[in-house]
Amino acid sequence: MIEIENLSKWYGDFQVLTDCSTKVAKGEVVVVCGPSGSGKSTLIKCVNGLEPAQKGSILVDGTEVTARGADLTKLRARIGMVFQHFELYPHMTVRENLCLAQQKVLDRSRDEAVAKAETLLNRVGLTQHIDKHPGALSGGQQQRVAISRALAMDPIAMLFDEPTSALDPEMINEVLDVMVELASDGMTMMVVTHEMGFARKVADRVVFMDAGAIVEDRPTEQFFSAPESDRAKDFLSKILNH
Amino acid sequence: MSDFDFAVIANNLPFLMEGLQLSLWLTFLAMMGGIVLGTLLALMRLSGILPLSLFAATYVNLIRSVPLILVIFWFYFLVPLALGRPIGNFYSALIAFTLFEAAYFSEIIRAGIQSVRKGQAQAGQASGLNYWQIQRYIVLPQAFRNMIPILVTQGIILFQDTSLVFVVSLRDFMTVSSIVARTEGRLVEMYIFAAIVYFVICFAGSLFVRRLQKAKTA
Repeated sequence: MIEIENLSKWYGDFQVLTDCSTKVAKGEVVVVCGPSGSGKSTLIKCVNGLEPAQKGSILVDGTEVTARGADLTKLRARIGMVFQHFELYPHMTVRENLCLAQQKVLDRSRDEAVAKAETLLNRVGLTQHIDKHPGALSGGQQQRVAISRALAMDPIAMLFDEPTSALDPEMINEVLDVMVELASDGMTMMVVTHEMGFARKVADRVVFMDAGAIVEDRPTEQFFSAPESDRAKDFLSKILNH
Repeated sequence: MSDFDFAVIANNLPFLMEGLQLSLWLTFLAMMGGIVLGTLLALMRLSGILPLSLFAATYVNLIRSVPLILVIFWFYFLVPLALGRPIGNFYSALIAFTLFEAAYFSEIIRAGIQSVRKGQAQAGQASGLNYWQIQRYIVLPQAFRNMIPILVTQGIILFQDTSLVFVVSLRDFMTVSSIVARTEGRLVEMYIFAAIVYFVICFAGSLFVRRLQKAKTA
């Protein structure tokens, strides 16, 4: 579904990604973790072309994202993305947030779009907030709306860029629960997160990054029980021993 | 004070009102045109497409480096030359004001667009919206909401600047006031009256801006 091959990216002289290669198969959940500044977010933003890469290639469902003149808008419409800071549109109600791209990109009728929005909000238990503006919701609620907004486009895969790191601790689980459910429904997911509990529970593979390179890329069980690199060991000991 | 004769105002009220109407109408039209054109210039400048942003930047810097009165003269003399026929002093003044104000509005709008978090546009992109849709539905509505007070302030300045149209012999409020002042020999009364009218309109505008700003922070 997602194939990243020898991807490199520079900001000026600074290399943010070095020769990154990994794959996410259909229905697979891959967690990307690593210390901050390791290039995780940059990598995931390359997948739908929000960040351009200078070398290497990314294939998403057969479309070459990195190719010149690639039809990125068409591709992006089929890949959902959830952001660290939600990025709901503050001037629109929850309903409009969910309907905008459905109507403008997928050409769905108003009724169709609203029906879809209602179904999805119902699934995350937020139907009663449909007429509110995002500012009136808690962080956890906003992120659940943001996930619903992405799902409204019937995506073939979902990208999560640190979906819980801007949340108060007591709200993290309500978002993770939605993501766990999504994973068990068979959604293809690439998730940048520090939530190792979530990774252990639902990830098929863990990609560990450090300094812009993919250091480990292994099945979840192996990664947690026997990390190969010192850097991954160090990272896990810091993040797990609390 | 006993020499003051404010009846001169009442006697010439229809004439004065015509002038005021022209000033307000010119302000309104130039503001609308300036905002539309200014938005286009701002989008061009931020487009990341070199020829477009270069054009917009040059335009803005050029216009902001010349006095408004010069631009009014330019269009008064140049537009008839370019079109081969006169278009009347109102339209030449309107074009001049619109093009002049567009440069100032574009800078305000550019700042407004940049005040919208980058993630907002990314969220739009990620859902497959194209550049224009993102601007139209996501970025500009938020930008304008942030900008309204500054836009109104610029509108107040514009209203005061319309008094410059006397140079192309348009009869705006300031011009008719001085005509009345001279023909009736009532300079003091008329200039006091003109000052009061400008003050009331502009001060009301400022109060409106203050209310908008309060509403925004509340």
